Formats: sequence, C-alpha cells, structure tokens
Amino acid sequence: MLRIENLHVKIGDREVLSGINLHITENETFILFGPNGSGKTTLLMTLMGFGNYEITKGRILFRGQDITHASIYERARLGIGMSFQRPPTIHGLKTRHLVKMCARDGEVDVEALARKVNMDTFLDRDINAGFSGGEIKRSELLQLMAQKPYMLLFDEPESGVDLENMKLIGSTVRDVLSGGIDPKSGSSMKEQRVRKRPVSGLIITHTGYILEYVNADRGQVLYNGHLCCEANPRDILDHIGQYGYQECVRCLQ
Amino acid sequence: MEKINLGAFRFSGSTLGEIPDLRQLDPADKAEMLMSGVDVEERDRAGTYLQVDHGRVHCKSLQKGVEILDIKEALAKYDGLPGYFWTQVDKDKDEFTRSAAENLHGGYFVRTEKGAKITEPVQSCLFLKGDMIGQNVHNVVIVEDDSELHIITGCSVAHGSKGAAHLGISEFFVGKNAKLTFTMIHNWADSTVVRPRTGGVVDEGGVFINNYVLLKPVKDLQSYPAIRLNGRGAVARFNSVIVAPKGSYVDSGSRIELNAPDTRGEIISRTIASGGTIVARGFIGGNSVPAKGHLECKGLILGGGVIHAIPELRGAMDGVELSHEAAVGKIAQEEIEYLMARGLDEGEATSTIVRGFLNVDIMGLPQELKDVIEKTISESEKDMF
Repeated sequence: MLRIENLHVKIGDREVLSGINLHITENETFILFGPNGSGKTTLLMTLMGFGNYEITKGRILFRGQDITHASIYERARLGIGMSFQRPPTIHGLKTRHLVKMCARDGEVDVEALARKVNMDTFLDRDINAGFSGGEIKRSELLQLMAQKPYMLLFDEPESGVDLENMKLIGSTVRDVLSGGIDPKSGSSMKEQRVRKRPVSGLIITHTGYILEYVNADRGQVLYNGHLCCEANPRDILDHIGQYGYQECVRCLQ
Repeated sequence: MEKINLGAFRFSGSTLGEIPDLRQLDPADKAEMLMSGVDVEERDRAGTYLQVDHGRVHCKSLQKGVEILDIKEALAKYDGLPGYFWTQVDKDKDEFTRSAAENLHGGYFVRTEKGAKITEPVQSCLFLKGDMIGQNVHNVVIVEDDSELHIITGCSVAHGSKGAAHLGISEFFVGKNAKLTFTMIHNWADSTVVRPRTGGVVDEGGVFINNYVLLKPVKDLQSYPAIRLNGRGAVARFNSVIVAPKGSYVDSGSRIELNAPDTRGEIISRTIASGGTIVARGFIGGNSVPAKGHLECKGLILGGGVIHAIPELRGAMDGVELSHEAAVGKIAQEEIEYLMARGLDEGEATSTIVRGFLNVDIMGLPQELKDVIEKTISESEKDMF
C-alpha cells in the first residue's frame, strides 16, 4: 500500500526526518509513537504533500506509484485521506457541502453518514466553526467516510476528546479502517476480506486509547527524526508508560 | 474618486413608452436585467416596476395588499406624500440630490396595506439604455404596521454602454412590527457612475434587512444608506457583497442609529478587490440603552487593488454594546490545503473558499436569483486568480 524509502524532510533549514523507511501493507494498521517534536506530524504532513515540508532525499510510493512530488489533491484522489488535528474554519462553507465534495463524483448519502457520527445537526453549520475537540474528530471522520480513501492518516484521534466521544470515534475509526464491512453470518471473514476494498491506516497516538478500538498490527517509535523499536503496539505503549522515551535514546545511541 | 461632471450626461428626452409584456423587451436588455434579478415572466413576483432611462415602461401589482405606482402618480394621488417625500434624505445634501429634486424622471412607490404579508417579492429595475444618459429616480417604500414585504431591485445598463449616470433617492418607512427585506443587485458597466442616496426609519418592533450585491465593474459608485431605529425593539441588518475588478471605484457603506431601547443593528460586508478600489464603510451609533450593534467588514485582495475598511462605532450612553471586526487580507494557504487534502484542485479549493467568504446564502434569496448570483461570481473569478 505505502512504501517510504530513506525519506529526509526539512522544514526551513532544519532536518526533521532523517532517513525514514516504512512499509505498510494492504489492510494493515500501523501505530506511530513518539514524544512531542519527534517528527510524527511532519511525517503525516509530508505523506499528504503539504507545502512547508521539503523532501530532500528518498521517495514515497503509494499503491505502486511514485508520489514523492505529487500535489496534495493528486494524493487525495489516488486514495490518501487524512484526519486533521486542528483543521481551519472555513466561513460560509457548510459541512454538508464539504462532505459532498469529498465524495467527488461518487454518490453519497450525507445525512446517513452524518447520523453515524452524530453530526446530522452540524450539516448546515460552517465547517469547523466553533466545533469542540470531539466535534472536529467526528467531522473529520465524516469527511473521510465520504472520501473513502485506501490509506488513512490519523493525527492523534483521541486528543481533546471526552470519554463518551472516544467510544464513538474509536469505533468509527475501526469501521473506516475495515472498509465499512461489519462481521455478519453467512459469509466467512476470509470471504469478506477478498471482496472488500483494501484499507490501511497510519495512526499517531500519545495516549494509546485508540488501541482499545482498532486492530493495530504493528507499531514503531519515532524519535528525533528516526524510526526505531518495531514491536506490537501494546508492548510499545506499556514500555513507554513505564520508562518513558529514555530507553529509545539509549537504543538509538 | 474623480469629480463627476453631470453636465456631460443627458437628463431629458429618452422615454420608451409602455411595455405591457416584459417578454417583448429587447433580448440583450432582458439578459442584463436577468443578471440583476428581474424575472420577465413575472412568475413568483408580487409585482413589477420597470423604468428605462427617463420614464416608466411597466408598473403592475399582481398581489392584493401591495400598491405599486410610478412615484409621479403617487405624488399626484397622495398630495405630494407629506411626511414621507424628502424626509429621510436631505434635498440639499449635494448636487446629486438637487438634480433628483429638480428634474424627477420616475422611480417606484411601493406601499403595503396594514397587516398584509406579501409572500412573493416585488421586483423593480431601473435600466439605463441610451448612451450618456443621466437618470434621476426617487423611490419611496412604505411598509405599514404588521405587514411584510421583500423588494428585489436591480439596476442595470445596456450591454456595451459607453457611459451613464444613475442618481437615485430611496426612502424607507418600516411600521410597527413590520418587516422589509430590500435586496439590491447592481449590474453596471465600467463606464457607469452611480450615486444612490438612501435613508430610512424603523418603528417599534420593525425589521429592516438590506442585501446589497455588486459583482460587475462600475466606474465610480458611492453609496451610504442610513437607517434610524426609532422604535423600541427595532432591528436593522445590512449584508453586502462587493467585488471590484480593475477600473472600479466603489465607496460603499451603511449607517445605523440605535435610537430606542432594545434595538439591534448589524452590518456585515464582504469585499473582494480584484484590481479595483473599495472603501468599505460602516457606522453604528448607540444613542439609547439597552442596544446592541455589531459591525463586520472583511476584505480579500485577489489580484491587486485596494481595500480601505473604515468601521466606526459611536456609543453615546452608559450601557451600549457595540463591537466590530475588520480584516483585509488574502485566502489562507491552510484553508486551500485543507480542501486539497479532500481532493479539490487548487482552483476548486480557492473558488470554494471565495464563495464561502462572499456567503450569499445569508441573504435568503429565491433560488433562481441565487443561481444567477453564483453564476456571476464564477464569471468574475477569472479576474481573481
């Protein structure tokens, strides 16, 4: 699905990512840990193609295509979707209208999707205007459900979210990552997997709450622009919980 | 702003005569009128007043409860409209008001009956067809107690006009618990000079909503309607959407005086300079309490030009609540990238943000008019980016 090779990224004069290698396969969910300022958000923003992130070396392959220099919208149309942590308010742009545009030419039942994330009363409000933390996450998910990407990038899906919202957001993230297929009788998991659209995920988390909801396959720590410590995400979380990131420092030395 | 030489315009001699069926209008003129909201079929309209150059060509009420007359007829019928005519605008304010006072060509008189809720809009169009025509009009709108009215008025010039001057006096009277929505769409040409002079008064519990749309080029326009909220609980709101392409000079603002307790005033303007100059004014005066006023003028410069925002607040009593918010800037890159991450290319993203910024939705216009405005916006986007 996504292959990152020896990626070096600069913001201004400062190198933030130094030789990242990462391969996320189809239907895999990958968790990225790391302290503040380690470059996690930079990695996501670079994958999405934002302007301030300059790739100085390496390349990004998405579904076999080199997208290292593709524009943001080309990546979006190829099937990369991102949940923003602090999306901007766009005055006069109704949430309903944006969700429709996310679907491009595809048919979308905006009302039905909105009900799933409890956003139906927000459809006629300007996007992100006065939204709370939880409302922003739900709105981002609503847009992603309409966009139907193959590769989902989540930047801290649990930040600023209360416990009640966490449950709804967690289960929706899980739903979106599963390609929208619920387990049901009459067809085996294997059969369902064959028929469904492949969807992979890359999730940044600090707290690990999201692990309660999604099937995370692998995880790694990003520290000072370097990836290290590949392991089961729960084990990484337990380790960080106990020792913090200082072990990573030792490991990288 | 240059000085306007009124002597260069013809202020007499161009009258067309009655056009009973608007569908018989010259197709090119019809197209221009359509752009300013005129429905020549007169479907979903409570009536029409249409003037070309120096005289009325069509005047008809289609709904009970609303009277629509040529102002000259109204002055004859109501003994010169004492208490109304020239009470909200000073006859001696400037050479433009004097011109309209000395040589009146026409204009509309619209009056609702007490309690009449006129559901369909009344439409009017003041059209400039001939070259170098100067047009003096005087409009009087009276919305009697407990009644409701929406007027859509378009001002327009013939395609390819080489020059014209429009001088228009408008006076509004909103009665107790009455509501007037006044939507004005200006559709001028790069050679037109425009000097509207507007004033109005709102009585207890009355509501005045003024929508103004100017998307096409205009040589020189200066407009500054002033509304006084004289009755307890009266409300006024001005929404303006102005685009000034290269060559346009637009000095436009609104003024609200909060003269009674529990009054509220709001002025919201959205301006885009795409090569031209805009002076965006606003004034709210708090002269009574409790009273609230909010002024919001936001401007974008897209492709050159000047925006000069002048928001003014004047509180004259303890306890008034007045606020303003002004910004002149550009489209935030962050907003463009957010939309691009949803699959919109840069052009689509920019256009979506501009439409949201102009926010015509807020005006609550009939769908077909909204469509016309949307179309005009997308045409003028060519100059913006």
